Amino acid sequence: MLQVISLLLENKPGALMRVTGLLSQRGYNIESLTVARTLDPEISRMTIAVDVDAAQRQQVIKQMNKLINVLQATDLTETPSVMRELVLLRIRTTQESRTAVLKEAEIFGGRVVDSSTEGFAIEVTGAPEKLGEFVDVMGSYGEIDVSRSGVLAIALEPKKLKLQPPVLTRELVEPRA
Amino acid sequence: MSTLMSGARMLLECLAREGVDCIFGYPGGVTLPLYDALYEHHIRHVLVRHEENAAFAAEGYARVTGKVGVCCATSGPGATNLTTGLVDAMMDSIPIVAITGQVSSKLIGSDAFQEADTFGITRPCTKHNYLVKKLDDLAQAIHEAFYVALSGRPGPVLVDITKDVFQAQGHYQPVTSIHLPGYKVFTEGHTGQIRRAAQMIQEAERPLVYAGGGIIAAGAAPELREFVEMTDSPAVTTLMGLGAMPSEHPNFISMPGMHGSYAANMAMTHSDLLIALGVRFDDRVTGRLAAFAPHAKVIHVDIDPAEIGKNRAPEVPIVGDVKRVLAKLNKLLETTPATSQFTPAASETLSTARRAWWRQIREWKQEHPYQTPTSDSEIKPQHLMVEIDRISKGQAIVTSDVGQHQMWAAQLIRFNEPRLWVNSGGLGSMGFGLPAAVGAQFARPDKLVFCIAGDGGFQMSIPELGTVASNGLPIKIIVMNNGYLGMVRQWQTLFYNNRLSAVELDCFPDAEKLAGAYGFKGRTVEKPWELTAALEEAVNEPGPYLLNVKVTPFESVYPMVPAGGAVNEMVLGPPEPVAVPE
Repeated sequence: MLQVISLLLENKPGALMRVTGLLSQRGYNIESLTVARTLDPEISRMTIAVDVDAAQRQQVIKQMNKLINVLQATDLTETPSVMRELVLLRIRTTQESRTAVLKEAEIFGGRVVDSSTEGFAIEVTGAPEKLGEFVDVMGSYGEIDVSRSGVLAIALEPKKLKLQPPVLTRELVEPRA
Repeated sequence: MSTLMSGARMLLECLAREGVDCIFGYPGGVTLPLYDALYEHHIRHVLVRHEENAAFAAEGYARVTGKVGVCCATSGPGATNLTTGLVDAMMDSIPIVAITGQVSSKLIGSDAFQEADTFGITRPCTKHNYLVKKLDDLAQAIHEAFYVALSGRPGPVLVDITKDVFQAQGHYQPVTSIHLPGYKVFTEGHTGQIRRAAQMIQEAERPLVYAGGGIIAAGAAPELREFVEMTDSPAVTTLMGLGAMPSEHPNFISMPGMHGSYAANMAMTHSDLLIALGVRFDDRVTGRLAAFAPHAKVIHVDIDPAEIGKNRAPEVPIVGDVKRVLAKLNKLLETTPATSQFTPAASETLSTARRAWWRQIREWKQEHPYQTPTSDSEIKPQHLMVEIDRISKGQAIVTSDVGQHQMWAAQLIRFNEPRLWVNSGGLGSMGFGLPAAVGAQFARPDKLVFCIAGDGGFQMSIPELGTVASNGLPIKIIVMNNGYLGMVRQWQTLFYNNRLSAVELDCFPDAEKLAGAYGFKGRTVEKPWELTAALEEAVNEPGPYLLNVKVTPFESVYPMVPAGGAVNEMVLGPPEPVAVPE
C-alpha cells in the first residue's frame, strides 16, 4: 500500500541522494517525491510516497531516521494529515466540447490558466485520488498532457522536532572498552 | 596564534588528535601533498599492495583493538578499490575512517584524470560520508567522521578531500564540539522494558542467550558473562560474537546457524525465551524465519532501532547500548531475586524445568558434537583446525578468509576473549584474511597472529605477502589447500548434482619458493604425521611463515542447514553412498 512520509532534512550537499539512494537500496518503490526549503533555509521538507508492505512501514521510517542528515521522519499515513497534489493539464479539444470541458473543470475546482483555439491549460489541486478522476474525465474529451506535482502533505497535529545537542570533542576520542 | 599549515598537515594534526598511530594506504596523484606531509610526521604509514587491502587492514586493526582503523587512497581507482572493504565494515559494524583524495575542486565534474564520484559511489557503502572542498571544513569533517564511526552502531565513514584543500594554507582551529542535530544515538535502554525483560528471564523455563557482534563492539563481554552466570543460562554466540563468551565456559554452547552446532540450533528451536543481545537475526543464523525459534518469546537488545523487528518481532524491544542495558539488567536481577517473587511450589517447578533444560542441552551436545575426523593418509581439514587450536589455547588472534576453512575454524578453534576472532561475517569477502592479519599484527605486535585462508582467498591476497615481508610481520599464514573453491564446490555437490563448474584450483604456487621469493620461510605439508611439527616450526619461527597444508579435497562442512531450511533440520553428515544395482 501507499505510505506517505514527511521528512525534515538538513540542507546539505548529497542529502537528497542519501534519501533516494536508501529507498532504492532497501527495495522500496518511490511513487512520488517533492522537496523544498522550509521557513528555515537550512532545512528542507520532503514528502515521499512509497509503495510498501504494511509490515515494512516502520522499517522505512527507522531506516530514514538513521540517516544523519534526516532530522525527523514521520509516517503520515496513520496520523491526521492533509494531502494535496497539483495537476497541470493541457487538453486539445474540439469547438463543440469546449463548454463541456470547462464545466467539468469547474466541478473539480479547476482553474483555466491558458486558453487558445486549440484547447486549454487547466490547473487543479486536490487529494491525489480525486486528481486521478479529473485526469480520466479530461482524457475522455480529447488528447491530454499531464504534469503532476506528486503528493504534498502536512500533519494536522504539531510534532515536536527533537534535535540532538552538540557533543564535546573531549568525549569523542575516548575509546570504547 | 597557531602556525600556518597546509591542509595535508592539518589532516595529520586531526588524525593525531584522534589518537591515530598508524594508517594503511597507497599513494597517488592527488594525495601527493598528503604523502609529502607524512614524510616527516610521527604517524606511521603502512604501504599495502592494493587499496582494497588497506581497508581490510584498517578493519583488522579496528577489530582487534576497538579503536578506529584508518585507511587512505588516492582518487578514482584508489577510491573505487576501497569500496569492498567499506561495505565489509558496514556489514559487520566495524569503525573505520577512509581518507580519499579527490581532484581539485575546480576540476570536479570535468572527467579529469583519475576522477570518480567517490562521494556518490560510497554513499551506500558507508555509515556517512563527506566531500571536503574547502579547507575551513576539513577539521570539522575529520573529527565528525571519527565520532560517527565509533559512536552508536559503529561503521565506516569516508572523507573525500580535494587536492586544492590538501595544498591550501590555513590555521588549525581546535574543534571543541560536534553538532549533528539529526544523529540519534540511543544508549540507555527503556527502564520499563528492562524491568519486563528481567521478569521474563526469571520466569523462563528454557531461556537461551543469543549473543553477537554487538557484545564485542560494546565491550560488554564482562557484563554478558555476569548475566549468564547469574541466571545460569545457556549461551550461543554468532559467528561475529565468537569470544564474547569464553569458548571454555561451561554455559557456552557454541555457534548457531547454517554451520552451527546441533546443540545450538536445537536449543534455538526449543527455547521458550531468546535473550538476543547485539544480534540482527541474520538469515545465516535463523534459516527459514517462519520456523525459527517457534516457541520462544524474544527480548531483543540492540543499539540500532532499525534492527529491532526487522526480521523477527520481539516481545520486549530494548534500544540501547548492550553494555549499559546488561549492567542495568544484572543489577535488577541481583536486587530482586527470583525466589522473592514465586511461591515455593512455583519456584520448585521452575527449577525442575531449568534442570531438565540443561540436561537436554547436554544430551544434544553429546549426541552430535562437531565432527573432527582424522585419517592415516591425508590431512583432514578439521584435523588442521584442531591442531591450530591446540597451539592457540584460546589465546591467539585468528584471522580467517571466507569459505569452508572459515566455518571449520569458527567451529573448532577456541576464543577465550573478545577481539581474537577476525573474519568477514556479513559480506563474506574473499581475500580478507591476510590483509586483516596485517592490520591485526600492527595493532597487537605482542600477539601470535594466525591467518587461516583457503587456497582461493589466499590467491586473492598474495600481493600482501610484500607488506608482510617488508614489515617483518611474524604472521603465521596457514593455507588450508583443498585444490577447490571448497564452499562453492560443496553447494554444487549438494544442490547442483555434483556438476563442478569453475571451482577447481589446479595450480597453486610452491609455498617454499613463494615465501622464499619474498625472503621468508614457507613449506608444504600433506601427511598427517607431519602436521604438528610443521605448525610448531611455523610458530617458533621469529618472522613470517607460509604453511601450505594440503587437505582432503572433498570434505564438506557439517552440520549444514540447507538455504531456506529450518535450523533444526540440519544435515549432520555426508549423504550415505547410494548402492549401485548390479
